[in-house]
Amino acid sequence: MSATTLPAPFAPTIFSPELAARFDKLVTLYPVRRSALVPMLLYAQDEIGYLSDSAIAEIAQRIGITELDVRNVLSYYSMLRTKPAGKFNVQVCTNISCMLRGGRELLEHCERRLGIGHKQVTPDGVFSLEEVECIGACSWAPAVQVNYDFHDNLTPEAMDAVLESYRAKANE
Amino acid sequence: MPTLVSHPEEVRIVSSRFGQGAAEIDRYLELGGYQSVRKAIDQGPDWIIAQMKASNLRGRGGAGFPTGMKWSFVPKQSAKPKYVLVNGDESEPGTCKDHLIFLHDPHAVIEGTIIAGLAIGAKMGFIYLRGEYRYLLKIMEKAIADAYAKGFLGKGIFGSQFDFEVVSQTGAGAYEVGEESALMESLEGKRGVPRIKPPFPAVVGLYGGPTVINNAETIATVPHIFRIGAEEYAKIGSERNGGTRLFCVSGHAARNGVYELPMGYNLKRLIYEVAGGIRDGRPLKAVVPGGSSTPVLLPNEIDIGLDFDQVGKAGSMLGSGGVVVLDDTVCMVDFALRTIAFYQHESCGWCIPCREGTDWLKKTLTRLHAGAGEMRDIDNVRYLAENMLGRTFCPLGDAAAMPTIAFVKKFRQEFEDHLDGKPCPHARHTVPELAAV
Amino acid sequence: MADVTFTVDGRQLTAPAGTLVIEACRAAGIEIPAFCYYPGLSLQAACRMCLVRIEKMPKLQTACTTPVGEGMVIATETDEIKQARKSMLELLLANHPLDCPVCDAGGECELQDMTFKYGAGGSKFTDIKNHRDEQQWSPVVFFDRPRCILCYRCVRVCNEGMDVAALGIQFRNSGAVIAPNDITSLDCEQCGMCIDLCPVGALTSDTYRYKTRPWELTHVGTICTHCGDGCKTTLGARREENGMQIVRGDNRDKSGMNGDFLCVKGRYAFDFANNPERLTQPLVRQPDGKLAPARWEDAIALVARRFREIREERGGAAMGVIGSTRITNEEAYLLQKFARGPLQTANIDHHRTTDYPGFVKALGGETAHFGSIADALTAPAILLVGGDPTEEHPLLAWNLRTNFRHNGSRIYIANHRAIKLEHQAKATLRISYGGYADLVRSLAASDDASLPAETAHFRDALRAEQNLLIVFGAELRGDAIAPLIQFGLSLPAAKFACLGDFANSRGAMDMGLHPAFTPGYQAVSTVGLSLPQMMDAAGRNELAALYVVGDDPVGRLGLAPESLRNTFLVVQDMFLTATAQVADVVLPSASLYEKSGTVTNTYGDLQPVKKAADTTGVRSDLELIIRIADQMGEDIRALVPFGRGERGDMGQSRGVQSGEADRHAVWLAAHNLEPKLSPFDPDALLDEIQRLVPGYDVDRFALMAGEPQPVRVAAGSNFPVSTGSESIQPANDTLFTSGTLGQYSEKLTEVNRFQAEKTLVAAG
Ligand SMILES: Cc1cc2nc3c(=O)[nH]c(=O)nc-3n(C[C@H](O)[C@H](O)[C@H](O)COP(=O)(O)O)c2cc1C
Ligand code: SF4
Ligand code: FES
Repeated sequence: MSATTLPAPFAPTIFSPELAARFDKLVTLYPVRRSALVPMLLYAQDEIGYLSDSAIAEIAQRIGITELDVRNVLSYYSMLRTKPAGKFNVQVCTNISCMLRGGRELLEHCERRLGIGHKQVTPDGVFSLEEVECIGACSWAPAVQVNYDFHDNLTPEAMDAVLESYRAKANE
Repeated sequence: MPTLVSHPEEVRIVSSRFGQGAAEIDRYLELGGYQSVRKAIDQGPDWIIAQMKASNLRGRGGAGFPTGMKWSFVPKQSAKPKYVLVNGDESEPGTCKDHLIFLHDPHAVIEGTIIAGLAIGAKMGFIYLRGEYRYLLKIMEKAIADAYAKGFLGKGIFGSQFDFEVVSQTGAGAYEVGEESALMESLEGKRGVPRIKPPFPAVVGLYGGPTVINNAETIATVPHIFRIGAEEYAKIGSERNGGTRLFCVSGHAARNGVYELPMGYNLKRLIYEVAGGIRDGRPLKAVVPGGSSTPVLLPNEIDIGLDFDQVGKAGSMLGSGGVVVLDDTVCMVDFALRTIAFYQHESCGWCIPCREGTDWLKKTLTRLHAGAGEMRDIDNVRYLAENMLGRTFCPLGDAAAMPTIAFVKKFRQEFEDHLDGKPCPHARHTVPELAAV
Repeated sequence: MADVTFTVDGRQLTAPAGTLVIEACRAAGIEIPAFCYYPGLSLQAACRMCLVRIEKMPKLQTACTTPVGEGMVIATETDEIKQARKSMLELLLANHPLDCPVCDAGGECELQDMTFKYGAGGSKFTDIKNHRDEQQWSPVVFFDRPRCILCYRCVRVCNEGMDVAALGIQFRNSGAVIAPNDITSLDCEQCGMCIDLCPVGALTSDTYRYKTRPWELTHVGTICTHCGDGCKTTLGARREENGMQIVRGDNRDKSGMNGDFLCVKGRYAFDFANNPERLTQPLVRQPDGKLAPARWEDAIALVARRFREIREERGGAAMGVIGSTRITNEEAYLLQKFARGPLQTANIDHHRTTDYPGFVKALGGETAHFGSIADALTAPAILLVGGDPTEEHPLLAWNLRTNFRHNGSRIYIANHRAIKLEHQAKATLRISYGGYADLVRSLAASDDASLPAETAHFRDALRAEQNLLIVFGAELRGDAIAPLIQFGLSLPAAKFACLGDFANSRGAMDMGLHPAFTPGYQAVSTVGLSLPQMMDAAGRNELAALYVVGDDPVGRLGLAPESLRNTFLVVQDMFLTATAQVADVVLPSASLYEKSGTVTNTYGDLQPVKKAADTTGVRSDLELIIRIADQMGEDIRALVPFGRGERGDMGQSRGVQSGEADRHAVWLAAHNLEPKLSPFDPDALLDEIQRLVPGYDVDRFALMAGEPQPVRVAAGSNFPVSTGSESIQPANDTLFTSGTLGQYSEKLTEVNRFQAEKTLVAAG
């Protein structure tokens, strides 16, 4: 489908008006509507916390593809999820450069601190923990991403401070 | 913010604007930005491509393909629109240089993209960042918006008759999407599975149109070539390897960081002089010279120049410039398992040898690692890797197989030491599983 | 394209430029193994089984994606390649459950065969295999994930072949898995193509699952009994207490004109034959008014006696015969012969679903313009007027899609509703339900300025076509057909096809089950009663006897049962249909899968049917007609030309019968055919059909070899003004229904309910 034969902007939406407007624009940026799919999934997840069935249905409709198509794509990408994560998703890299600089110890430290394991969520829903592959911060290892923010050159103590700052944010 | 390092041995070209606030367009202009593209507009496509060829610039994405030659493969006439695609998927473990480029010098990427577009006759460029680089996407998006506001993008760029659009976007977590055709699939909203080649992207690429795809560093280098002059740029590097590149030193070096050095710079000197040697003065055990997919080098193999040809001759690859330094505390079985676990996780699952091969490599290595292996497991690891090599659909399979073969070949004794119930001290660590289940 | 010359394993070969190495090698008898390569579907290069060495290339290359080149030197059997193949198999088997002993595909499994051929019998791997539990995706489709080798054939056939896209791939790495569109179930056409193409036993069907081993079955290729497309289906049958029972239908050998295609009906809806309600004993109405089982001899004797009495007392005009759209040509031919001969009646008809006589009449003797189903696969342009092939003619839809995919054919659709094939259409014209006649008139008419622009465009595009296949549905009948034919004949080259609904609808008509025509559309001098007229006559107590062979007019037309109270009603059927319930005698008959003969699909492709199964206690319609005639004291040799032709008088007398017999003997000799020794041999009747029915004199040898033969019927002289199109009643079947028969297929009924629920859910 070419950008010129768009259906009218999608009316009923489960997304915020800002995001819906963004989606309306996003699909026009590319030579094909479908190119907006991966970013849309990510933005939808950012807003809702995960990709719910209704989010999938709406995105499928916005792009003009089947829900199956959407699921095929979303399940491919490791940042996309169909179940909620914590408000702050702590992603600890344990790939080689981080591993050499204590990434795994950092992960264990987080597990102990948060009392959860890989892909688990704290009972209060504030944190989730994930062991991830290289996040492109190798020279500043060990590195952690909390949601989209990077934290480099960490030690267990520095990690505690990072976690504390997010907990404080959660309590705001 | 990632710390910047510096060393007197560095030749700062691509990194010359790092830490200078060049993400702001006015600052970028002050620092001489957007001059090269004006020159390119004046001189035209043939000149651009000739200069690119003369620069001896080779792709910084990993394979080191001569950039000028790549651009020249794009047919002049095409029924379908042509595109420039910037590969900022940077996911090879050990590599974090594009990260700095997007952070400190986004306009260099835009400028390079426009020049590539002028060279091949494209009217649209895409800058694709890995999903984890969301904060960098914001910087990129702002830079693009500023460039539009100044008339550097859009209709009649820089007052010329050329139109050029740039769109940036991110992936969502997938190493394989860094492979050029998988990247195109991803950008078309599909699973990151590579395409059958031929046809190559220069002929049939994004949306079926002829496409030039280059690594972000390659593209960011382009404006500098036109600033310095192609011959001058070529001279900085070694034979057939023009210019400088960003080396990401990580692991057990004393001063990890991203250093810009001339192509052909000695690896040993990089580690011992530029990066300050091994932390705590420990002995060096091994070096992974170009990102996790490149075969490991022993300490006696590192007195080589860092360019595509010399590292190749030493039995490894220059790859993506990720120099991972390992001291004597590292268990190589542990390291090998972590490397394979990554490739297993990132295999797109399309072809049998990679999908099943990485899975069984990981399983076997996990057991070896846990001290439950048998001698034949070590042979099996090598057998598996050798039977994947060169037979997979895309080079990810090779990227998993090549280092594995080197680990077993060069450190077999360490694998054998893990037999008979002698697990690695790290054996209790699990490895990531696939998301979104 | 020009040919190129290349070398494979030292042999010099030529093939058209662009041919894939794998195809070029296969054509030369050099087998290159492959899982993911599947002719006609998009290329994958995923299984890496087809790796070959091509000189001057650094790595092994996939034969499935590399086109042959001039001077190419290819090696396919070196040690390096053998090792590559072996290692791929080792990897596949490493994670395979190896439950071959219970797997449906055991013995018919490409993975087994390849392992047998290329080694990898031993395993190097000892770690735990990845497991996922089996899933049932629909009433017919099961998925056993661990057996899946991810060749993507199922996904492609569903997307590309079926245009349904109900299957996808989810997750990645070794977690990659084939997934259905409704999360845990399939919302689709339930065609089972995915099962058929699966090279292993990952996709299996409920009808066959864990039932038997393939080598315990007898496999018989015959023609599907459901719609008018006439797909070949290979039925696997197994001996049971009550006969040979069909447990599987597929077309994996691709031997039929449908290639590997079968729809849900062809693949699963054979189970009507095993329905517990199947009649297996004759029933005769007792003085108490109830039907009770009777001995065959008694039932047939009763029918014969009453037919003879009624014929003698009230004459043939008080008798009627209704035939079927699912009996063989031989049976239909014999039935009309029996009606017009022994019963002396012209009242003969069947459930007509489209206007073949109108079509033949409009063609007016032009026999070179009949399209076949094969044309739908190759015609550069197709005009579809009315009908909905996806629902009613699945093979036609498949061929049109394939043609579009492979050849970029131009499909023009004029319809009163949205149909799925519009996805592939170059142009679609929406007209009103009553607008078909107007449309075709405007196509044929010289330029008409008042035509709406859209229609004019549509017409102009059609007029520019050189080779047009015109397919029309039952929406066009009677005089409305002629303008379309006229339009087509004005093009440089056009072919036509008329869509009718059942397996032998066309044959029934061609064989003269019609009050106005004898076989081959030869007009009769006295036109008999049509089916509705017979039913009316019965209601007026004017029809003394009615012989219904394989139809259910009472149920279908919703007639009051009392309307047949004063008619001696004989019904031959598989089930106690509404008509059978009011019959005086019910004779249990065999299904199309339980007998031999020929059928003609709606496009006029004549194909042999072969007996694949049997049910104890039933008899073929052919046998029953003959036995009744015999009991009536008729000369069977006059009905069925069997025996040695000794009645022939070498032309010395001019009696019709003796002359015919003589001509028959001469014809048999000229066609290298033996005289038939039994009156129950349908080939004896086929001999006569071929000899006497215009258009049916096809190549017998090719027919018996399984090649569909085009019949080219032509309108005889004195074609009546009316073709009786007013009594046409389209079946309006969907993909998941099949006339009366479909109601007795439990699987089809279950699938129908399953899909209906999905539609309801989707509609909220
Ligand atoms: C598995 C795989 C992953 C890759 N990942 C990246 C990447 O993250 N960034 C990149 O620039 N190139 C990557 N490449 C290389 C690209 O395919 C391509 O060669 C490169 O973008 C071309 O740019 P260049 O010529 O400027 O190097 C990858 C290749 C493979 C096979
Ligand atoms: S080698 Fe095969 S499975 Fe691996 S990433 Fe490439 S295509 Fe996918
Ligand atoms: S290895 Fe952790 S960021 Fe690269």
